[in-house]
Amino acid sequence: MRLHIKNARIVDPASGKEGSGELFVADGRIAAEGGKADRVIDAKGLVLAPGFIDLSARLREPGHEYKATLESELDAAVAGGVTSLACPPDTDPALDEPGLVDMLRRRAKALSRARVFPVGALTVKLEGERLTEMGQLSDAGCVAFSQANAPLADAQVLWRALQYAATFGYAVWLRAEDADLAKGGVAHDGEVATRLGLPGIPAFAETIALGTILELVRATRARVHVCRLSTAGAVDLVRRAKQEGLPVTCDVGLHHVHLCDMDLGYFQSQCRLEPPLRSQRDRDALARALAEGVIDCACSDHTPVDEDGKHLPFALAEPGATGLELLLPLTLKWGLAQRLGLAATLARITSEPARILGIDAGRLVVGAPADLVLFDPRASVRITPAALKSQGKNTPFLGAELDGGVRLTLVEGNVVYEA
Amino acid sequence: MQRNPQLNEKGELQHLLSIEGLPRAIVLQILDTAESFVGVTEREVKKVPILRGKSVFNLFFEPSTRTRTTFEIAAKRLSADVINLNINASSQTKGESLLDTVANLSAMQADIFVVRHESSGAPFLIARHVKPHEHVINAGDGRHAHPTQGLLDLYTIRHYKKDFAALTVAIVGDILHSRVARSLIHGLTTLGVPEVRVIGPQTLLPTGVEALGVRVFHDMREGLKDCDVVVMLRLQNERMRGALLPSAQEYFKHYGLNADKLGLARRDAIVMHPGPMNRGVEIDSTVADGPHSVILPQVTFGIAVRMAVMSIVAGN
Repeated sequence: MRLHIKNARIVDPASGKEGSGELFVADGRIAAEGGKADRVIDAKGLVLAPGFIDLSARLREPGHEYKATLESELDAAVAGGVTSLACPPDTDPALDEPGLVDMLRRRAKALSRARVFPVGALTVKLEGERLTEMGQLSDAGCVAFSQANAPLADAQVLWRALQYAATFGYAVWLRAEDADLAKGGVAHDGEVATRLGLPGIPAFAETIALGTILELVRATRARVHVCRLSTAGAVDLVRRAKQEGLPVTCDVGLHHVHLCDMDLGYFQSQCRLEPPLRSQRDRDALARALAEGVIDCACSDHTPVDEDGKHLPFALAEPGATGLELLLPLTLKWGLAQRLGLAATLARITSEPARILGIDAGRLVVGAPADLVLFDPRASVRITPAALKSQGKNTPFLGAELDGGVRLTLVEGNVVYEA
Repeated sequence: MQRNPQLNEKGELQHLLSIEGLPRAIVLQILDTAESFVGVTEREVKKVPILRGKSVFNLFFEPSTRTRTTFEIAAKRLSADVINLNINASSQTKGESLLDTVANLSAMQADIFVVRHESSGAPFLIARHVKPHEHVINAGDGRHAHPTQGLLDLYTIRHYKKDFAALTVAIVGDILHSRVARSLIHGLTTLGVPEVRVIGPQTLLPTGVEALGVRVFHDMREGLKDCDVVVMLRLQNERMRGALLPSAQEYFKHYGLNADKLGLARRDAIVMHPGPMNRGVEIDSTVADGPHSVILPQVTFGIAVRMAVMSIVAGN
């Protein structure tokens, strides 16, 4: 299949280059010259960019197929312009065995939509006690190791896990949350939680855990990626750690750069998220840190939850929101608010996450895999359950009008989604 | 921001979910209506036909005898049919069944749901799903709100003290876990009480409680100085020993109300308690049964206030 995309506004976040022009695709890769194209696409008014890369998208397989399936969520991914995604290991069973990882990758490959990069469990069953066979899991295709949202209460186990991972150069992805301080909490410990009578998770549950992680990185030099920062204090800690030269990167969920605890309103269970939505000050610090590069990239933290899981009083509701199809609109909205150019905006969901994953993607150069997206940055998209391809219909943005409509998604040169 | 879910399009009380956000006029309407019902409760025939033919469902997902009984009496004095349902919360972990329960009762032609639930916000969820002619009254949700208790406290204060604008009110004890405290604080600030104090150790005060419009005191003697109203909160048994407090004895030493400490308040101060009391833990018997105590009148007024709330929502 040879493609010729013309009249596009081509944005390459990796190089920062932007201009109008044409691009050729041959044999699944970006090509220098067209030759005779099988299909010519007139992309007038559309942006052509590398496909988006999401560092946290739950596909719910295996084990939670009633919430979502690989089919539904990979459909949602490509509809959102996402061509590569990392999925956390909190499936049932957890991704702690090579066979499971292998099966997941095969199933995903057979569907030939977005590329799936499994993140393996750091400890067996995510119980925080015994290390997994990271070598074998890595051979099976795991790109990193994590506890997802499961606590790792024993700092000695964390220390050993980082030593072991550092020995072989594996990346470890960690959420920073002290399990004891967060115990029982469902909302940011502050004025809103006090008013609503909801048990709180203090901001220092994050900074204390992050302090521990950073000390252990200093000791072990393990490559650690900190997932879903939620507090201004954590941003400061990461900024200092990076200045010091520690091998640390981090991301933020897009909900947390747009929303805060005030959005809980009258107990909106759509806003029950992990980590919890925090104060306005935290939200603003996260949005700024993402612009400054202290936070390396943004992710959707896509977590499909079924209706029953949300039709509950706030504290009993299941945490999480659908996000793959909102990745682009929410990133554009953030970039606009921060007055960033399109290339710098898109870098947070293309070249930056590619760097963290260590994959050859997220840039527009001849010879690179043709994982591409064409989108209309001005198209208004109304977020409704019917419009979402994901089986998870819950998001705090239900009913919102957001800008950014994906028109075409290519993975390895194949059209996997077309609006 | 969404519309206040308690009010209908005309701004009238559709549900009573929380005192927070209630216009002052509605709070006063409830208190005035309650006043007219106090006479009824003292008559020989204690019934009025206001809710005749209407069904009140007492939906208690958390055990309670006291509050449920007062709602039952209030509804019966309004001539309503009352159905009591005690639903074991542990068998109710799936929310579908919470809403299913409500949908089923709704199909049996309910008019008013009186809801108590251990999880904050549960009555809001139910209010979002009931039919337009049905009303939800929050009888206590988690730590969040207990609006009829707050209103009966306001009624009691008005009965003895008249002018809210000249009062100093102290609420003492476990504010962190108390829906009673939250509701009363909102009520007092809505009615313009210039000084609301909360008194307790840091472990029993929620983060940022000052934002509710209260002054924080850790020293009870200092906090009680010149108070017109002292509200003692119940300390749950399971919180008396552990990381929150070392012991009931030590708690009583610091925060228990005895005649000596009460002497620091104004001479005509009243003492209130939402009940049930732990004598010797948060309050000394000499005070609980003493001349300043209005704890039993609170219970009597509580019935009139609940009659007022039910008759007002049913009329809107």
